[in-house]
Amino acid sequence: MSPIPLLTLRGITKSFPGVLANNHVDLDIYGGEVHALLGENGAGKSTLMKILYGFYRPDSGEVRLNDQPIHIQSPHDARQFRIGMVFQDFIQVPALTVAENITLFLPTLPFVLDHVSIIKRIEEVSGRYGLKVNPHAYVWQLSVGERQKVEVLKLLLADARVLIFDEPTRSLAPHEIEGLFQVFANLKRDGYALVFITHKMKEVLACADRITVLRHGKVAGTLKGSEANERSLIALMFGRQIEESPGRPSEKQSDGRKPLLELKGITTQTEGMAWGLKDIHLTIKPGEIVGVAGVSGNGQKELGDVVLGLEKCAAGVKYLHGEEATAWSVARIRASGVAFIPEDPLGMAAFPWLSVQENMAMANPRMYSKQGGLSMDWQAVRSDLQASLERLGFNIPPYYVPLGILSGGNIQRMILAREMAHHPKLIIAFYPTRGLDVQSANSARKVLTSSRDQGAGILLISEDLGELFSLSDRLVVMFQGRIVGTSTPQQVSINEVGYLMTGSKGETKQSE
Amino acid sequence: MNKAFLQIGFHHQWVASAIRFVGLFVLALVFFALILLVFGKNPLRAYADIFSATLGSAYGFSEVAVKMIPLILTALAVALPSRIWLINVGGEGQLFIGALFATWGAVNFTNLPVWLLLPWIGILGFIGGGLWGAISGYLRVRGWASETISTLLMNYVAILLVNFFVFGPWKDPESANYPQSAPFPDAAILPSFFGTRIHLGIVLAIVGLILFHFVLSRTRWGLEMRAIGVNQEAARRNGISTNRYIILLMLIGGGAAGVAGMGEVSAIHGQLRPSLSPGLGYTGFLISWMAGGHPIGIVAAAFLLSVITAGGDILQMTHRIPAAGVHILMALILFVVLARPAGKKGGK
Amino acid sequence: MIISFLISIISGAIHSGTPLLYATLSETVGERTGIVNLGLEGIMLIGAVVGFTTTVQTGNPLLGVLAAALAGGLFNMVFGFLVITRRANQLASGLALMFCGVGLSAMIGASFIGSRIQGLNEVRIPLFSDIPIVGRMFFNYDILVYSAIPVAVLVWWLMFRTRWGLGLRAVGENPTAAFAAGKNPHRLQYQALFIAGILGGIAGAHLSLAIAKTWAEWMTAGRGFIAVALVIFSKWHPLRAIAGALLFGGAISLQLQMQARGVPVSSFLLDMLPYVLSLVVLAIWSGARRHATPGSLGRVFQGTE
Repeated sequence: MSPIPLLTLRGITKSFPGVLANNHVDLDIYGGEVHALLGENGAGKSTLMKILYGFYRPDSGEVRLNDQPIHIQSPHDARQFRIGMVFQDFIQVPALTVAENITLFLPTLPFVLDHVSIIKRIEEVSGRYGLKVNPHAYVWQLSVGERQKVEVLKLLLADARVLIFDEPTRSLAPHEIEGLFQVFANLKRDGYALVFITHKMKEVLACADRITVLRHGKVAGTLKGSEANERSLIALMFGRQIEESPGRPSEKQSDGRKPLLELKGITTQTEGMAWGLKDIHLTIKPGEIVGVAGVSGNGQKELGDVVLGLEKCAAGVKYLHGEEATAWSVARIRASGVAFIPEDPLGMAAFPWLSVQENMAMANPRMYSKQGGLSMDWQAVRSDLQASLERLGFNIPPYYVPLGILSGGNIQRMILAREMAHHPKLIIAFYPTRGLDVQSANSARKVLTSSRDQGAGILLISEDLGELFSLSDRLVVMFQGRIVGTSTPQQVSINEVGYLMTGSKGETKQSE
Repeated sequence: MNKAFLQIGFHHQWVASAIRFVGLFVLALVFFALILLVFGKNPLRAYADIFSATLGSAYGFSEVAVKMIPLILTALAVALPSRIWLINVGGEGQLFIGALFATWGAVNFTNLPVWLLLPWIGILGFIGGGLWGAISGYLRVRGWASETISTLLMNYVAILLVNFFVFGPWKDPESANYPQSAPFPDAAILPSFFGTRIHLGIVLAIVGLILFHFVLSRTRWGLEMRAIGVNQEAARRNGISTNRYIILLMLIGGGAAGVAGMGEVSAIHGQLRPSLSPGLGYTGFLISWMAGGHPIGIVAAAFLLSVITAGGDILQMTHRIPAAGVHILMALILFVVLARPAGKKGGK
Repeated sequence: MIISFLISIISGAIHSGTPLLYATLSETVGERTGIVNLGLEGIMLIGAVVGFTTTVQTGNPLLGVLAAALAGGLFNMVFGFLVITRRANQLASGLALMFCGVGLSAMIGASFIGSRIQGLNEVRIPLFSDIPIVGRMFFNYDILVYSAIPVAVLVWWLMFRTRWGLGLRAVGENPTAAFAAGKNPHRLQYQALFIAGILGGIAGAHLSLAIAKTWAEWMTAGRGFIAVALVIFSKWHPLRAIAGALLFGGAISLQLQMQARGVPVSSFLLDMLPYVLSLVVLAIWSGARRHATPGSLGRVFQGTE
C-alpha cells in the first residue's frame, strides 16, 4: 500500500431536485488496496462513483489524481485518467464474442484487426488475474459471473488503473463471489486501486482493506478493514435510529379470520440478473399490515408480481380469500379486491395520455362498461372517483384533462384514489412514500393504516426501516429471493433487521 | 411532459398540425416542380392539368373517389393495429387473400341471388384477409416473429398463392393465355352509383372509418386498446390481456384489407388477376402513417394520394410524363413530412 | 435431356442469383448497423436506369456499372438523412424511398425505352470456359457474376475483420455501448448506407445491363423486397447470403424452365418455399434469433425504436 492516495475526492457535493445525494464527501483511494463503499440504498454511493466516472459533475468539491487536481467531464475523460467502472448492467454487446467486446473498447486499434495478438493479450491478462473466460464465446452464452470477468478484462486491457465495482456481487453465486475476491487480491498485488460499492457487510469484512460508510449522503465514518466489525459497521450504516416508533396502534389480533393471502412454497424462475423467489411462505390476514424489509432488488418486485398474477410460479400454491388462485388472471385477481400501488406509479400504473376519468375507469373497465362493452358508464366512473378522493382528502382534478398534465404528486394521488376506490381487501404497496413530500407521505401512510383498521390486509414493501417499524404489525425480511426472517416490530430491533437485509445472520449466528 | 401538453393545447392540436401539413405539402409541390423543370416539362401546366382532370370535373372527382375506396380500407388495416404499436406491412398480402376467398365464393356459388352472394363474398373477403393477418398476430404472440417481418414475408406468399390459382386451377378457359380467373357472375359484382365507377365498397370504407372511430372512442375495448398503446406495462397490471388484442387487431385489420381486395376484384376487375393491386397495401401503410392513425387524416391522406395517382394517368397522356412519375411527388410529400424536426403528431 | 435441364437450372440460378446477392449484401450491411431499408427496390431501380442510360450514351457498360454504383450510393444518402439525422420512422422512410425510386427511374428511363445495348458481355476464361458441361455452367458469365462471390467475401471481411466493421456491428446491436466505446454511431451508419447504396446500385445495373439488356419500368419486379427476406433467411451473414441468393435464384430459374417445358407442377408453390422457409427459420430459431437479429433492428420491428 502506497503512502499517498492515488485519487482523492474532497468536499464533493451533488444534489438533484429534491434530494442531496452527496454532502461534502471526502474519500481517499490508494493503489494496491480494496476500498469498500458501504451504505444503504440511497446513501449516495452510486452517485459519488458516477461523479468519479464522469457521468455527473459535482456541484462543488474537487478530485485530485496523484495530488494534481483534475476535471472529469465525461466517461471518456475518466478513461483517459485510467479510471474504469464495472456497472451493474454491463456495457456489452451480447451478440458479439468476448474478444470482440474487449476489442471494441480498446483505445487504439489498427484498421485491420489483429485478432491473434488481441486474443493472446486477453489470455495473458486473464491468466494472470484469474479471469479465465473463453475469448471466442458469444457474450450471450456466458453466465453473469463470466460476463463480469469480461467487463473487468475490458478495463484491464484498456489500461485502467483504478477499478470501481458497483454492487458486483448482486447476481453472483457464493463460489463466484469467492472467485471475485481472489481476483481483487491478484489485482491488488500489482498495484491496482479497487473500489467496491456494496450494501453487504459480510463481503466488505471479507475483502476490504479500507471501508468508508455513507449514510444519507454524508460520510458516516472510515475504518481500516482490520479494525472493523459488524457492530461498528451497522452502527455507522443505520445510525442511532432507536425506538422512534410512535405509539403502536391497536394490537388488533385477527385470529380466527380466514387469511386473505397465503403463499406456500412459491418459487419462480430466475430471469437474467434478477432474483427469483425461492420457497416463499407468507400469510396476510385481514386487518394487518405485513411489512417487507429488504434492499430493493432482492425479490420484492417478483413477490408483488406473483401476488398480482403477473408472474407465473414454477412451484408453489397461492390462495386468495381462501380459494386456490395460482392460475388466476390478473383481471380476476384484481376484480376479487386486490389493489396494487407500484413503485413507479407513473411508469407502471398511469396512462398519461388518457384523461383522468379514463385512468379511473382502468381500475376495472369491465365493471364500468354498459351494453356488453359498447359504451362506458362515465357517470359511475366520475362518482366513484369523487367518492374515493373525498375519502382520502385529496383535491378533485378536472376529469377530462390528460393525466400527464398533472404534477407528479397529483398523479400518485390519483393512482392511489383509483386503487382504493373499490375498498380493496388486499393492498400491495411498493415504496408508497418514496419521493413524496412530508405531507403527502403522511397522508399515504394514513390511508394504509385506516384501510387496515377497516379490515383490509396490506403487504407493505419499503426500504424505509423507520416507516416499516412504525406501520407494520408483522415484519418479514427478504434477501436474495428468500424470506430470511419473520418477526414483529416489538420483538426485533432495527439493527437486527439491518443484519438480515444485508445478508448476515445476525450477531448470534456467526457462521452459516 | 406537462409542458408538452400545455404547449400543444389539446384542442388546437389538430388544427396546428393541419396547417403545418399544408405548408409541408406546398414545399413538396415546389420540389416536384423543380424536378419537372429538370426534365424539361412545364410544372404549372402539369399541376393545372392534374387539378382540372381530377377535381375540375365530376367524372374526374368520381375517379378519385374510386381510388380512395381500397386505400381507406388498407389504411385502416394499418391504423387499427398501430393503436397498440403493431406494425402491419402486410396489407398487400391480406388484400390478395381476401380477393382469393371472395373469388372462390363468386365462382362456386353462382346460383345465389345478388342480395345473398354479395354479402357472402364480402364476408369471405373479410375472413380471408383476417386469417392472413391473424397468422402474423399469432406468430407475434408466441414470440416467434415480429409482425413486421412476418407480414412482409407473407405478402409474397399471398401473391404467389393467387398466381398459383390464377395460372392453374382457376384459370379462365376462355381467356387464352391471360392469367385470370373466370369472370364473376353479375350477382357477385358490386353495383356502382350514378354511372360512375364508385361502387358499394365506398359504403364499406365509410362504415369502416366510422366503426374505427366509434370503437376506439366509446367502447370499453377501445379504451383498453388505447390504454395498451399508452402504457403497455400498466395495462397488463390492470388485467388487460395484450395477447388477445394483438391477435384480434391483426385479424380485424387484415379483414379490412381483405374487404378492399374483395372490392377491387368484384367491382373494378370483375375477375381475379395478378395485377389486382398496384401496391395498395403499401400505399395504405403510408396513408395511415401520414395520418397518425386518425380517421379524418386517413380520409385526407387517401384523398391526396388518390388525386396524385389519378393525376399520374393524366400526365402520361398529356405531358408524356410516365404515370409512375407521380410516385416522385408522393415520395416527396412523405420526405418532407418525415424530415420535419418538430415533435410528431399522435401516431408514429 | 436431364443434363441440359440441370445446366439450365444451375446457370439460371447463378445468373438470376447475382443481382439478388448484391442486393442482399446491400441490405445486410444496412441492417447490421440497425437500419431496415424497405426502399432497396428503389435503389436497384435507380441503379438499373442510370447504368442503362450511361451505357447507351457512352457505349461502355463498365462505365454504366460505375455510374449505377455511384447513383445508388448517393440515392441512399437521402434515406440516410431521414432515418439517421432526422430519426424518422425507418419503415415509412424506406417505402417512401421505394416510391421515389420507382418514379424517378421511370422519368429518367422514359426516353430510353426500347433502346437495346450490347451490355455486359460474357467473359470467356481461356481453357475453363471450354470444359464441356462444367464450362457452360460455371465459366460463361459477365464480370459482375464473377465478382459477386469475391464481393461477398469482401463484405464479410470488412464487417468481421476490421475495426470499422466491428464498430458498425456494435452500433447495430447496442448503440449505447458503441457510443460508450467511443464510436460515432451516426457517421458509421452513414458510411454503411453509402456502401449499401453502391451494392444496391450494382444489383440493379446487373439486371439492366446483363440480364435483360434493356430498360422497363419497375423492372426489378419486387427483387428488392425479396432481398429483404433473403437477409433474414441468411441470418444477416454475408457468406450465407450466397447460398440464399443461389436458392432463390434457382427458384426463379426453375420457374422459367418449367414454364418453358410445360411442366404441370406449379412453379408458384415452389416459389413460396423460400419465404415460408424464412418464416420457419425465424420461428425455430426464435431463441437464438434474438441474437441473430441485430439488436437495434429488433427494436425497429417492435416499434419501440
